[in-house]
Order: sequence, then structure tokens, then C-alpha cells
Amino acid sequence: MPQPALMKRVQFSHSPIPYLFVLPQILIIGVFFLWPSLEAFRLSFFLEDPWGLSNQFVWFENYITIFEDPDYQSVFGSTVVFSVVVTFLSIGIALLLAVKVDGLLRFSMQYRPLLTWAYAVAPAVAGLVARFLYSPQIGPLYDWLNAGTDGWFEPRLDPMDAWLVLISGSVWKQISVNFIFILAGLQAIPRTVLEAALLDNPNGGRRFLSITLPLLAPTLFFLLVINISYAVFETFGVIDTVYPFGPPAGAETLVYKVYVDGFKGADLGGSSAQSVILMVIVLALTMIQFKYIEKRVHYT
Amino acid sequence: MFKQLMSVATILAATTAYAGGHSAATEITLWHAMGGQLGEITNELANRFNASQSDYKLTPVYKGGYEDTMTAGIAAFRAKQQPHVIQIFDAGAATIINAKGAVLPVEDLLNQYGVGFDANNYIAGVRNFYADNAGTMVGMPFNSSTPVLYYNKEAFTKAGLTLPPATWEDFETRVAPALKKAGYVALAQSHTPWIFSENFHSRHNLQMATANNGFGGLNAEILYNNPAMQTHFQKLVDWQKEGFYKYYGRAWGDNQAPFAAGEVAMWLGSSGSFGGLKQAAKFEFGTTYLPYWAAITNEPTGTFIGGAALFAMSGHDKKAYEGVAKFFEFLTNPEIQFYWHRETGYVPITNASYELAKSSGYYKENPDAEVGIQQLNLPVGDWSKGYQLGFYVQVREVMYGEYDKLFSGQQDVKTTFANIEKGGNELLRRFEKTYQ
Repeated sequence: MPQPALMKRVQFSHSPIPYLFVLPQILIIGVFFLWPSLEAFRLSFFLEDPWGLSNQFVWFENYITIFEDPDYQSVFGSTVVFSVVVTFLSIGIALLLAVKVDGLLRFSMQYRPLLTWAYAVAPAVAGLVARFLYSPQIGPLYDWLNAGTDGWFEPRLDPMDAWLVLISGSVWKQISVNFIFILAGLQAIPRTVLEAALLDNPNGGRRFLSITLPLLAPTLFFLLVINISYAVFETFGVIDTVYPFGPPAGAETLVYKVYVDGFKGADLGGSSAQSVILMVIVLALTMIQFKYIEKRVHYT
Repeated sequence: MFKQLMSVATILAATTAYAGGHSAATEITLWHAMGGQLGEITNELANRFNASQSDYKLTPVYKGGYEDTMTAGIAAFRAKQQPHVIQIFDAGAATIINAKGAVLPVEDLLNQYGVGFDANNYIAGVRNFYADNAGTMVGMPFNSSTPVLYYNKEAFTKAGLTLPPATWEDFETRVAPALKKAGYVALAQSHTPWIFSENFHSRHNLQMATANNGFGGLNAEILYNNPAMQTHFQKLVDWQKEGFYKYYGRAWGDNQAPFAAGEVAMWLGSSGSFGGLKQAAKFEFGTTYLPYWAAITNEPTGTFIGGAALFAMSGHDKKAYEGVAKFFEFLTNPEIQFYWHRETGYVPITNASYELAKSSGYYKENPDAEVGIQQLNLPVGDWSKGYQLGFYVQVREVMYGEYDKLFSGQQDVKTTFANIEKGGNELLRRFEKTYQ
């Protein structure tokens, strides 16, 4: 019976080298993610003075304070809307651009770098660009949007106008990342399948919906996960650079609130509890995505 | 390649030798929030201090804005890597003063390691602000400013005016209508919590918080929801509709820029903004006291001192504290104070330095530079000495948010102050629990 012996050998004599390869990654995750997360989790049950001189265990009081705060509820609501809009627009516009560029016979090579260069832009830089474009003093977009009106567009005061600035800045930065992935996904679709489909149905829209889109689904699913976490977390950089003094009331996101309470206000327990809530939400979202949406994704 | 390596090695060796050569001096670090031109002047102060003696070497490190600096200090303290001296701003004062064991009060420091401490050497406005509830001065006022009114003299001439408004009544009936007719927005203002809330109380000698404006204990409650504030803000909303007042959002610069550009004729800002405005504005402007309501008081009091103070952090050795004491003494030197005052626009904090500035004839040439300190030296009332409230940075955030909603027409004055009272007091209770 050589088979069980072989299995045993395979099971128990792994070379340690693969572990060595993943060790740096695990260390990085441990030091920069797991440890701070656990610390945030611990702190969220304490009222602790920022200097660490005294603390007291308060059970769920920090969480109760947050959930009873009407301000938190409204920030929660606007964060959800903001994230959905940013995710939808960044993927949607990137998809449109990628499909158009993929269909080009000429100049496709020229368009690609033009549409991807913004990939190298950090959220903070995207924020700076938005800040200049919409600046009341020097921003052309501020002037155009206000042209012929009596101060209709006022992003320093009106939360809806502020959202417009923040959404456009965040989306602009993210489109190119999505564009690269979607374009690569489109090019991985076998030409033979597309040509076969062309014989069956000359309607471009219909072919896109029933052939291209399903074949692109793994890429889009991946982007959905990435973009939601971008919209929830990374857009902080955009907000903080567009509004170094803070956005007008009604235009904050949950992450920005964590920053204000924790970093500006030195309320460690409260902001830790807020970050734990955020972590749980993103964890739940990712799990839902994998459980329900991924089932409908077909990998080729 | 070899050559490059060699030159790097030479530089390294040279630096090590250089550092080694100075190892006799005790190193003192100062973390501060003075950026740009202010940072250069702070470095110059350090250079002068280092040149004045050879036992200590002070290294100033810029840590970003006020909040960033405080956060960096907190993180460093928790990791037991704190600097010797840290600059903490007015709104963060309660956070550090109430943390028993985080700092060595400046009064104790100077008594123990320096030439002693006498509160009477300091101008009235700064004596109380950075003191604890026992009256011990904890922070060493560093960059001290106070809100003042700037007015565009060209705009005033165009509108047929000469004198700026002393009272808000005067503003409403005489100044604002004339300026509006001349095509100007009469007024803008850069810090609604600081100028129109905290200093509004100080100027009118109104109590701002229970428990002696917060100095009496952690159980203080804010009293912003009062008739005087409601009336003032109702007026502001009315003036906004009239075109007398314009709110450009919560950012400091967004409100200052239209004044510098000549769209707004008067601007309420910091006495420390003088130097910057002088460069930015292409017109002649004057400075005067923060206006008051004659309907509320006929004896207006001085304003609170704003800005920031230096705190000696605990956990260092005797030698280092002697150096810190030396540095604080150096800072109160009249010549140095006058230099700092002249270059930055921040007010001098000792009587001797104010006298020096006066006798030097500086104010004859620059009468506007004296307005801030004169206003701080106005009669002191029971409620104009200062305030000390916990989590006040976040209380200000609540106020910013509610004022945004008020001036963008989302809610009325009554709701605004009810929300500020509720939100502010919740934060104060939280602070009380945290620090008890």
C-alpha cells in the first residue's frame, strides 16, 4: 500500500521555506494591522486620558454613547450614500472608458497611458487637485458652476456642494485604477467567444450584457470589494486635503469623525469604539460580498 | 561609485565628529506648531538661546498644526519618548493641565531650577489662562494673541467714514449701511467659536461656564445658551440677509482672503495676523478693539488670550530641567519678547517687555501693533480671565458644525444653541469621567 505512505510523507514533511517567504507579510500585517486593531478593540472598552495616566473599564459605554448620538447617525447615513455613489461612479465610468478604448482600432495605445496615469496619484494629491479646481479664489470650476448665479455653488457652506467636490475628487482618482483592471479583464476575454457571439446577435448592447459582462464579472467583483473599502477608508485623504479645517457640517464621513475625535480631540475610547464599528461593518460587507455576490460570479 | 561611497563616509564621519564635539551640552528638544515664517523666527530664538550659553543645546522641531503637535506629544509621552518642552494651544490646555503627572508646572520649574517665579511680572491677561484650579501657572505663554478688528481705510473713505465701529449698535446703524452703499460686504470673521463665542463672553464680562469658567473643577457646564448670545447670533443672521455680514465657512483663510482682496471692508481676526495681512493687502488698513454691545454692558472688559503656551513635560532629569528653566527665563527676557512681538505680531507677555516696546517708540510708528496688548490690558472682569474646559477641541467642533448649519440656513438660532449646549455638556461630562 504505497498510497497512504505517500500521503503521510506529503502531509508531514513540508519544507519550511514557503513559511519564510510569507513571514515578512505576516509580520507586517501583525505589527501594522492586527496589533493596532486589538489595541483599538481594548481601548474601546475604556475611558482613558490621552496621556495614559489613568483609565477605567466602562463596558459598552463608549458604544452606547456613539449609538445615542444623533450626529453619528446622520454621519453614518451620509457615509453610506457617499460610498455607494463613489463606488458606482468609479467602476461605472471606468467600465465605460475601458469598453470604449478596447473597441478602438486606432490610437488605443495612446489613450491607455492617458487614462491610467492618474493611477499614481495619492488620495491626498487628488484632494489637492479638487481643492484648487473648486477654490473660491482661483478655481475655474467654482467660477463655472457659479456663472450667472448669485453664489449658487458654495462648497464651503453647503453640504451638498461639499459632497459634489469630495465625490468628484475621490472618483477621479479611482477611475484609472479601475480602468486598468477592467481593460485587462476585457482583453482576457477570448476573441473567439466574442466573434461567435457576433454571428449570433449583431446587437452590441445585448452582446455586452450577456457575453462580455458575465465574463468580466470576476474582475468587477474584485473591484467592488476594493472600491468599497476605498470609498469608506481612503477617501479620508481627499476630505482632509480639500478641507484642512474640516468640511462643512453634514459632509463628514465616519473615518473623518474617527480622526476628529481621536486625533484632534484626544478622546481615545470614543474614537476606538468608532473604529471598531467601522471594522465590523467592512468585515460584514466583505463577507456578504463573498457569500452572496461571489456565487453569481463565474471564473473561467 | 567608490568615490561616492567615500564622500558619504566622510560626511558621516564629519557629522559624528561634530555631534561628538558638542556632547558636553545637554540636549533639550522643543516640539512646536509654528510653521512658515513663524517657524523661522522660532528657530532664530533657539539659535539665540544656544549662542547665549554653552551648557544646553535647544533643538526646535516643527510637528505640524496645533492638533498634530498635541497628538504627537501624547503619543510620545505614552511611549516614554516625550520631548522636554511642548507647545499646546488654548483649546487643548485643559487636556494637559488636568493630566496630573504629564507636566511640571512652569511655576514649580522656575522656583526649583531657575531664578524663581513672580506672577506679577506677567501682563494681566496671561496670568490666569494657563493656570490650574489652585492658581499655579502650569504653562509658559509663548505665542499669545487676541481677536481684533481690522478695517480697510480705503473702503471707509469711499463710504465717507473715518472711525471704525466701537459698538455693534454703531456697526448696525452707521458703519454697515454706509459700507454696503459703497459696494462692500461690511464684515467677515475667521473663528466663530473663538471670536464670537469665547471672547464675546470675555468682552462683555459674561460667565461662559459654571464652576468659575471651568477653573473651579471638572464638573463645569457651558452657558452658551444664553440670551446675549442668542441676540448676537440672531443679529448676525439678519445682517447676513442684509448683506452686512458674510460667513465664508469655518476655515480661517477663507474668511480672511476676501478682506485681503478688498471685497470685505472689516475683518475680525487675530492680532497675530497683522504681519501676514501687511504683506497680502494692497490697501492701508487699521486695527481696533473687538466691538461690544452697549445694550449688554457699558463697561466692556478685555479679551481672552489666545494662541499657545509651552509646557515642560515630566519624566526628565534635573540637568534637563535646569536647561528648560534657563530657556523659559531667556524667553521672558524683554529684548527677546520685544523681538518676538515685532517679528510675529504676538503680544509681549511680561510688563517689562511691554514697557520696552513702548519706550523704544515702536508703537509711535506702528500704532496698530499695540491694539492687541492694549485690549488685553483693559479692565479685568470676573469672567474675562480665561476658561478651562475639557475636550474643548471637540466642543469647538460641535460649535463649528452648529454655526455652519445656522449660517447656511439649515436651522434657527434657538436650535443652534440648544444643540451646542447639549453636545458641549455631553463632552464635558465625558471629560470629567475620563479624568476623575
